[in-house]
Amino acid sequence: MSERERDEHSGTETTGHEWDGIKELDTPLPRWWLWVFYGCIAWSVVYWILMPAWPGITSYTRGTLGLSDRSAVAAELGALAKQRHAGEAKLRNASLQQIEADPDLQSYAMQVGQSVFGDNCATCHGAGGAGAKGYPNLRDDVWLWGGSLDDIRHTIAVGVRSGHPAARGGTVMPAFGRDQMLDGRQVDDLTEYVVALSRRKADAAAVGRARQTFADQCAACHGPAGTGDVARGVPDLTDGEWLFGSTRAAIRDQIWNGRNGVMPTWEARFSPETIKALAVYVHANAGGAAEPIRPAQQEGAGTSAAGR
Amino acid sequence: MWKHHARFERHSLWLIIGIIITVSIGGLVEISPLFYLESTIENVKGVRPYTPLEQAGRNIYVREGCYVCHSQMIRPLRDEVERYGHYSLAAESMYDHPFQWGSKRTGPDLARVGGKYSDSWHVDHLTNPRSVVPESNMPPYAFLAKRELDYRAIEKHLASLRGVGVPYTDAQLKNAREDLETQVDAFAGERSGLKTRYGAKVTQRDFDGNPEMLTEMDALVAYLQVLGTMVDFKTYKATDPENLR
Repeated sequence: MSERERDEHSGTETTGHEWDGIKELDTPLPRWWLWVFYGCIAWSVVYWILMPAWPGITSYTRGTLGLSDRSAVAAELGALAKQRHAGEAKLRNASLQQIEADPDLQSYAMQVGQSVFGDNCATCHGAGGAGAKGYPNLRDDVWLWGGSLDDIRHTIAVGVRSGHPAARGGTVMPAFGRDQMLDGRQVDDLTEYVVALSRRKADAAAVGRARQTFADQCAACHGPAGTGDVARGVPDLTDGEWLFGSTRAAIRDQIWNGRNGVMPTWEARFSPETIKALAVYVHANAGGAAEPIRPAQQEGAGTSAAGR
Repeated sequence: MWKHHARFERHSLWLIIGIIITVSIGGLVEISPLFYLESTIENVKGVRPYTPLEQAGRNIYVREGCYVCHSQMIRPLRDEVERYGHYSLAAESMYDHPFQWGSKRTGPDLARVGGKYSDSWHVDHLTNPRSVVPESNMPPYAFLAKRELDYRAIEKHLASLRGVGVPYTDAQLKNAREDLETQVDAFAGERSGLKTRYGAKVTQRDFDGNPEMLTEMDALVAYLQVLGTMVDFKTYKATDPENLR
């Protein structure tokens, strides 16, 4: 059965097998294919030598090139840090006020700030910083936590009710309705009172009834005149700026449920220089109060995080 | 020797045994080292099993197919590290069953979304993504805020996770329901010992802004807020030679 013979028609040897009179040609592999195959084997040996390849008992062969994804990205990030080094050093050594006063440095800070803002802040505050319901507008003159450069930088660093030990926002607004501190009618009256505070038309009788309630419950934080308190992030109720909406329904909802805004802390994600740039960007975009130029001072000597 | 192959070709049982031996060599060499080489089973400080609430949120994440559009894997590439933060470590998904690395990013990577936005942002965004991100094409998940979380089987769920290697302790299993309820109650204090069992970093608050109901939104936001926050990258030294590979 296993007799190899030469096929007359093709001149090729058969395998010597025969099934029901059918024989199979033993056509040799094409030369080019065979050499590619041998070449691949030779290449695999080269690859084992150059690249991480074989597992051992406690480790693996690391290859003579010493390549690894992690060291590659570390090197790339290092190159990036080097590229940014000059700019970051300038941001580090100048005070926020100096950055704003120096047109070159300010435009550098604005560029850094813009890209970081777009990637991180715009998600809540909007692409242009115009905010949304529950997320403060950063383009106007009204500041919950203060609009000076240092205030803005501090807010970005520690956040609001963010869990950071130094976070802003120790004062919270209670849920007067939900937690049954006031009944529905009292909340209705207070709503009218708050509407009246912002110099809009309101039901005078309701305003009168709510006067005492406001003095008892709200004035401690919002002030007797409802003008708020920037030190504690308490909103001014007399201006046209409304974080959770200006309609009666929205105001009533806020008194009833007492939502308190939360902003994350960015200290762990950004370097101090990035936070400075961001503060300059936010300050420049909004109508902040003019900053006094202070004498030169060294800030944050030698503190620099690798990434941002 | 080559004559012996006739035996394999004529008896299928021998052939099958031969195939199994040949194929298993590939597995032994390529797969088994991953279970014992120290470089592949790195232990990183801070990584802990999910709390019952986070695990319940994770189940909703999987149920809703979030992984279809969101990855949870920051690759060690410059641009990804710049955008999302430190590249993902294997240890960070060691208690994920199944892992959510994903292969498609219609939406952004979520491996380090924890702590990046406020709870109310997550609620707003899940309720109507366009309300906070105008250009978003994510579908709304408003119903999550209205559905009560079904956690009747949470102990069993954690127990089955323990079966596949998540080191839940007996105390964690026994108190699973109470831990879950404690985590959404900002005023519960340390009633159930949640933080002694899962660590002081566990966040405890009402996640969906509606303290009257324990919703699926609570669980999902709790899960999103823990993503990527377990490892402290102030102490993890990425450029240590042992961490470079």
